[in-house]
Amino acid sequence: MNPILLIVLKRLMIGLLTLWIVTVIIFAAVELLPGDIATEKLGQAATPESLAAFREKFDLNRPMVERYLSWLGGAVTGDFGISMANQRPISELIGVRTANTFFLAGYAAALAVPIAVVSGMLAALYNRSVFDRVLSNSTLAAISFPEFFIAYILILIFSVWLGWFPSLANVDVDTGLGERLYKTFLPAMTLNLIVLAYMMRMTRAAILNLLALPYIEMAHLKGIKRWRVIAVHALPNALAPIISVIALNLAYLIVGVVLVEVVFVYPGLGQVLVDAVSNRDVTVVQAACLIFAATYILLNLLADVLSIIANPRLLHPR
Amino acid sequence: MRNIIHHLRDAPISAWIGIVIVVFYAVLAIGAPVFAPFPESASVGAQYQPWAAPHYLGTDALGRDVMSRLIYGARNTVGIALVTTALAFTLGASFGLLAATVGGWFDPIASRVVDVLMAIPPLIFALLILTITGTSIIALILVIAVLDSTRVFRLSRAVAQGILTMDYIEVARMRGEGLFWLVRKEVLPNAAAPLIAEFGLRFCFVFLFISALSFLGLGIQPPTADWGGMVRESAKLIGFANFATWQTATFGLAPLLPAGAIALLTIGVNLIVDWVLHMSSGLKD
Repeated sequence: MNPILLIVLKRLMIGLLTLWIVTVIIFAAVELLPGDIATEKLGQAATPESLAAFREKFDLNRPMVERYLSWLGGAVTGDFGISMANQRPISELIGVRTANTFFLAGYAAALAVPIAVVSGMLAALYNRSVFDRVLSNSTLAAISFPEFFIAYILILIFSVWLGWFPSLANVDVDTGLGERLYKTFLPAMTLNLIVLAYMMRMTRAAILNLLALPYIEMAHLKGIKRWRVIAVHALPNALAPIISVIALNLAYLIVGVVLVEVVFVYPGLGQVLVDAVSNRDVTVVQAACLIFAATYILLNLLADVLSIIANPRLLHPR
Repeated sequence: MRNIIHHLRDAPISAWIGIVIVVFYAVLAIGAPVFAPFPESASVGAQYQPWAAPHYLGTDALGRDVMSRLIYGARNTVGIALVTTALAFTLGASFGLLAATVGGWFDPIASRVVDVLMAIPPLIFALLILTITGTSIIALILVIAVLDSTRVFRLSRAVAQGILTMDYIEVARMRGEGLFWLVRKEVLPNAAAPLIAEFGLRFCFVFLFISALSFLGLGIQPPTADWGGMVRESAKLIGFANFATWQTATFGLAPLLPAGAIALLTIGVNLIVDWVLHMSSGLKD
């Protein structure tokens, strides 16, 4: 069997195992709640009848393992049960909003990835130039600034002062793609700025490490043009680290989106999660956490698998 | 002590900027009641006053003095972040050192537990746990400390494992020194620099994390002055900013002041961390 396939399969198994353990944690965390969910939600004054009805409604009478299995089975098919706060099906509450969140994260990624890779390469090419130094300092700012700081600076400049973009990203199902892209530009830009500097820096570091290797020096000595050395000789070997940096940052975007959604009042899954946490709407929190955690784990898994596949040394085993 | 002064004299300008920022915040936080012109959560004037004496940075929706709340916020936000980081560090470093030195069955089990905890995004995990425990300061500190200790665990385990392969450890073992002695006299002094740098980084992370939770309304609860919460409270004002006069333009700065206070401290700590890492890496240029 091809050794690379074996490594990928092994990594996939570990990833799926992690995902399974995480579902157990998300489910069990709520079960370990001190006291009883029914009493907690209905208050001390609830009558025994209403408590019994609540337990019946949310299926709390069956043993924990049985409930876990039916919850997991439902979650896989997109059925997360009903909300404890307003008794509506959760899939109805979060369906569109999950799509909105992925749209925003995808939008930000579409802005950030090309800019990051190209300017990271430029920074490596013009190492120690002014451009390189600006990049280095902007990374410091990006890891130091809270998400909402960047968001409010953008709002103040582009929305309040210049009036170019709306400060509220109120999209709904009927919003067309063009208008949607326009309304979500500032939130996408905020997310973009958060991950951009870091991605650029990692791209730069990956290429700089390679440029120090003997075979690159050989290529230079042969008289090959500088950009060709980077594009043809260095880039294929730098792909693995760059791909994994991109995937890791996309995983980060999925989480960073929670805060940005709240700032721009964007109807996404992050808003649902934050509201559900303050209402202690346990079933909705479980569903939203599961979606976020699963996306995060799968993107990390993807990063690992892609960087294994993109490693030229593994592709050509001796 | 002389060693520290010697290092400080050679410190680059960026490190000095970091030190000045951190000292400034520390003085404000410790002396908050002395520096703040008004009490933390008392209504002392009309609501939404512009920037003018005696309220140099205006007042908020409840007529509380913004400057005083910013100063008290240094005490509350930074204080809680420090306690949390210290707890995360104690937890993570002791388990990490234990896993590296004792090894055996403890190391793989602890490492797998940490792997799983790190597989879940910290913000999502914290929100899940806070749903169950409710948002109290104690719950906040414990949840974030446990989540953050996973990263300290990884680092301290890796650093300690590197040190344990050294010859001087072998010599100490052959002399018959006990485990505690080994950790205290050989491992800890050699692991100090990366761990100090890590403390700074973890502090920044915890500080931003608590601010984010407070901003979401799930962290430090009002009326306690806290920067994340202040951003949340004053966020709506940004829409009323008007660049015709500077008095009306200051409305736009209302959420930016506490957010900027968070950003500045994080930058300061990061500058110091960079310097410490640079020194411990032994690069001299």
